[in-house]
Amino acid sequence: MIEASNLSKRYPGGLDAVKDASFRIDAGQMVLITGHSGAGKTTLVKLISTIERPTSGSLVVNGQNLSALGRHAIPHVRRHFGLVFQDQKLLFDRNALNNVMLPLEIAGQPRREAIRRAQAALDKVGLLAREKANPIALSGGEQQRLAIARAVVNRPTILIADEPTGNLDTESGMAILDIFADFHRVGVTVVVATHDQSWIERYHPNVLRLDHGRVVS
Amino acid sequence: MNAWFIQHRAALAAAFRRLWATPLNTLLSLVVIGIALTLPAFGYVALDNLRDLGRSASGVQQISLFMNLEAGKKDVAEIENRLRQAANGKWKFVPKEEALKRMQASEGMAEIVASLPRNPLPDAFIVEPTNTEPEALEILRKEISGWPKVAHVQLDSAWVKRFDAFLRLGKLALWMLAGLFGAGLVAVTFNTIRLQVMAQSVEIEVARMIGATDGFIRRPFYYFGALQGALGGLLAAGLVLGALHLLSGPVGELAALYGGSFGLRLPGVPEAAVLAALGAFLGWLGAQLSVSLSLRKFD
Ligand SMILES: Nc1ncnc2c1ncn2[C@@H]1O[C@H](COP(=O)(O)OP(=O)(O)OP(=O)(O)O)[C@@H](O)[C@H]1O
Ligand SMILES: [Mg+2]
Repeated sequence: MIEASNLSKRYPGGLDAVKDASFRIDAGQMVLITGHSGAGKTTLVKLISTIERPTSGSLVVNGQNLSALGRHAIPHVRRHFGLVFQDQKLLFDRNALNNVMLPLEIAGQPRREAIRRAQAALDKVGLLAREKANPIALSGGEQQRLAIARAVVNRPTILIADEPTGNLDTESGMAILDIFADFHRVGVTVVVATHDQSWIERYHPNVLRLDHGRVVS
Repeated sequence: MNAWFIQHRAALAAAFRRLWATPLNTLLSLVVIGIALTLPAFGYVALDNLRDLGRSASGVQQISLFMNLEAGKKDVAEIENRLRQAANGKWKFVPKEEALKRMQASEGMAEIVASLPRNPLPDAFIVEPTNTEPEALEILRKEISGWPKVAHVQLDSAWVKRFDAFLRLGKLALWMLAGLFGAGLVAVTFNTIRLQVMAQSVEIEVARMIGATDGFIRRPFYYFGALQGALGGLLAAGLVLGALHLLSGPVGELAALYGGSFGLRLPGVPEAAVLAALGAFLGWLGAQLSVSLSLRKFD
């Protein structure tokens, strides 16, 4: 469960990217964060995943107050999230399998178990046949799916994605949508920031609309 | 197997991979580190051998003790007594009559000695202490000078003292050299790691965002620095051994010319281990400094 009250984030330099946001996302929900470019979607996603710290207000995730979190607790909290970044942040110095293994290495999983689980995650997104490929050799849609495999490999309770269908054609976008729907179906909380309207038509998710940092609906 | 062990093993494996991944860079770094450690290590071994050489050559350290001219049998007996108590070594009494006879025996001296109205030579003792450390000799000399009817005490070890002073100077220079090259090693590692952190900034950034601890991110760099330093240390040990091997023949011949048999003492496994450990420590230090500085921008 994610609960925010009067959450604000002001970047150094002036404006409030998120302003007085109060909302609640229940466990197992699928929530869409929408809004114009610059509305604060990415900022809100970063606040929830503890990558940015709020300027004021409170944010409680799975019973833990993130605004009161100590420096050493942060890495462990982050491992509950599966993150798909707007710019994916794949590592091009290693193959697909090793990209997916990174969260498991961080968690200290034994290597053999890590390989097994990474392969399962790749299978889930339909990339097992490309496990040896360097991400640079994958198409845009495949790269996005690889990023999702890395996000889900450590079985997060909350899957957070920022514009996962951003620069994909409709068909690849739909394939991504279906993957997220699959995780939602097995009980994972899914939070997706996007301005892709096809999500709403297809899954009727809860929508959190942002306008200049404020939650408008 | 717990997560801690798994992560350390993974970090060590990652360090090895990084060394392998850029063989030319690795080789160059190792050569730089190896040479940086070779020079002081070689100096150390050389000084060590020189000290041995000095010890073996100074085996015939003597103190000559000359009595007053008017000293009698009783005074001589007193000195003998004291020598028996003080000098834990050999000593020999040379009566003035015997000294005069020896003088007469030497060529061209007979007539001069014959023309003397009386024996101008004093009774004397030749002392050979067991402890031939320059400091111990000096202390003994001072003590003997204070004994009754002793006119003059002569320490025949000036060159040993000079040699010792030279060794001490050499040791000081060696420490300075070692400090300098050690700092160089730290700097080399610092720079290598800095470049690595820069090259892996995306990985570091991603790892942090998905829950990597500080330790997880730093560990591979520490292992890399320590590993590189240790390998450099082993290389240095090999270089020193090789150099000494080449030198041992000529040194043996030189020693033979002076009638001595002197073999170079070669460093063994313990010395190599010390060099490797020293290299590892300095490499780790460089990595630690570098990572602490380089990772600041990720906070
Ligand atoms: N690191 C930052 N420093 C300063 N200002 C920032 C920073 N990141 C974002 N902003 C500003 O905060 C506001 C919200 O940005 P944000 O990236 O959250 O928007 P967004 O809704 O994700 O937009 P888009 O749809 O284009 O991705 C923008 O005005 C942006 O310029
Ligand atoms: Mg954005």
